[in-house]
Amino acid sequence: MRTIFYIVRKEFKQVFRNKSMLPMIFVMPIIQLLILANATTFEIKNINFGVLDLDKSPLSIRLASKFEASPYFIRTDDPHSQKDAEEGILKGLSKMTLIIPKNFEKDLIKENTAEVQFLINAIDGSAAGLIAAYSQNIVRDFNIDEGMNLINVITPVQTSAISVSYLHWYNPELDYITFMVPGILVLLVTFIGMFLSSMSIVKEKEIGTIEQINVTPIKKYEFIIGKLTPFFIIALFELSFGLFIGKLVFDIPFNGSLTLIFLFAAVYLVAVLSIGLVISTFADTQQQAMFISWFVLVIFLLMSGLFTPIQSMPMWAQRITWFNPIAYFIDAMRMVLLKGSGFADISKHFLIMTVYSTVVTAFAVFRYKKVN
Amino acid sequence: MNEDIIITEDLTKKFGSFIACDKISFSVKKGEIFGFLGANGAGKTTAIRMLCGLILPTSGKATIGGFDIYKDTEKIKLNIGYMSQKFSLYEDLTVKENIQFYGGIYRLSPKDIKERSKQLIGELGLESSENSLIKSLPLGWRQKLAFSIAIQHEPKIVFLDEPTSGVDPVTRRQFWDLIYKAAGRGISVFVTTHYMDEAEYCGRVSMMVAGKIEAMGTPKELKSRFNSGSMYEVFLHLARGAK
Repeated sequence: MRTIFYIVRKEFKQVFRNKSMLPMIFVMPIIQLLILANATTFEIKNINFGVLDLDKSPLSIRLASKFEASPYFIRTDDPHSQKDAEEGILKGLSKMTLIIPKNFEKDLIKENTAEVQFLINAIDGSAAGLIAAYSQNIVRDFNIDEGMNLINVITPVQTSAISVSYLHWYNPELDYITFMVPGILVLLVTFIGMFLSSMSIVKEKEIGTIEQINVTPIKKYEFIIGKLTPFFIIALFELSFGLFIGKLVFDIPFNGSLTLIFLFAAVYLVAVLSIGLVISTFADTQQQAMFISWFVLVIFLLMSGLFTPIQSMPMWAQRITWFNPIAYFIDAMRMVLLKGSGFADISKHFLIMTVYSTVVTAFAVFRYKKVN
Repeated sequence: MNEDIIITEDLTKKFGSFIACDKISFSVKKGEIFGFLGANGAGKTTAIRMLCGLILPTSGKATIGGFDIYKDTEKIKLNIGYMSQKFSLYEDLTVKENIQFYGGIYRLSPKDIKERSKQLIGELGLESSENSLIKSLPLGWRQKLAFSIAIQHEPKIVFLDEPTSGVDPVTRRQFWDLIYKAAGRGISVFVTTHYMDEAEYCGRVSMMVAGKIEAMGTPKELKSRFNSGSMYEVFLHLARGAK
């Protein structure tokens, strides 16, 4: 046990004596948190749109201004013809064009039905889906306002499958910052932890001190635990700091128990740091360790459910996410912080993470070889 | 004083088809300074790495302090010290911190660590720099410190892999004083070097050429056997023989 204490003390001294380390650990993540929390939103605002009003009737003008009044749309150039409208979308001048056909008002009054068309730029499929949904909502409002229920919408984009509704329940204002901050915190803690740990053993290989360690009677598990503990403490501290900033700046809800969060984080970090140490035992240079960590982290990150829901991934990809620790922690964070879930609700996550940590740490101990 | 600390018998290490150490057999006694000489690539470092338990031999037998190098590697590690040609101290830690760290790893008690670090710093005259980072020390001082740290747990034997390369003659002399002091306390010293003048300081030397031990004996014996005035000539004689 005392041996572990000496390694931990040495690692801490080395980390904090490195002048670039402190800002890297404490300033960078906060900047990332502040930027990312505000930037990563699924909401689309300020959509440029144009109106091709071929009817020029009071009703058509009222419909157009209804769009204009929405916080989501900004009316830019109105096209002069259908061709003009298509070109505008092609050139990216507008994301959506509302086309109101001739006799819109007349049809509406006489035949109780009329059609409008939306041209939507669907390069970004999910954005297009949202634009279509917003547009239909506005038309629906218009119908209600005008006491009609008549306008049919023709749109080239399928609009049925937008599943934002599950958010409404635990995040009533559909506040994306609330939704994103817990996930971003997971990312920051993971990145710092994995980079630090993946560099640590290979650094000693590079400067040659690993040989000196390997001729000592140090035990393999002592070395691994000694390497892991400082980064574990730093990452937990980082998480507390991030949660504090999250509360202070973004007022994220703490509906569940913070103890539970930290308990889960502890198990989770052992897994992540051990992955880093395993990488470190494979790599020959710090540069290699960086690249391998980056490779692993990018896959983990983009398949974590932070930006895109896991449920919408193809089945084979969903299976890969079963092995993604980040996915479990983000889910657990959101459940506990936003939904107020208790231990029983995340017990499955807990169990999986515990097994995961045990296996990876054991593998790290196995991979670290004192004898070649 | 006749206890053998190292006994090797036909110790061999192959890397693929390349034979780095070819059936080397020798013994080192308690308190003896055993010089392991040879040109670069002769297999000195491979031999030392096998004896320290950093790599496993391909075949042959060896015991260190009575422990088998295949089975008891961890027991051996408690009883040996090692200082490699690569730098072995942590440059971003201070003198004192390095002493404390290695003392802790060798499971010395906190009281022992305190006493020994004080004594060690005193012996090396490093009182004024005990809180300086290693990277601010000149190379010679670092090497002396590395040696003292390698024997602070009083091992039965210390392995030195080219400890004086790149060090000025005065410091080399001081370094050898430390080696004599350690040997006087009963610590065997196994030292590789390619400075032939240093070979003269050893109790016994072995000359390694292309993986084999070509000659072994006291410097005096070897010089008379090869009819040479210095160890340098002995070395040239053997090395030319190999080609």
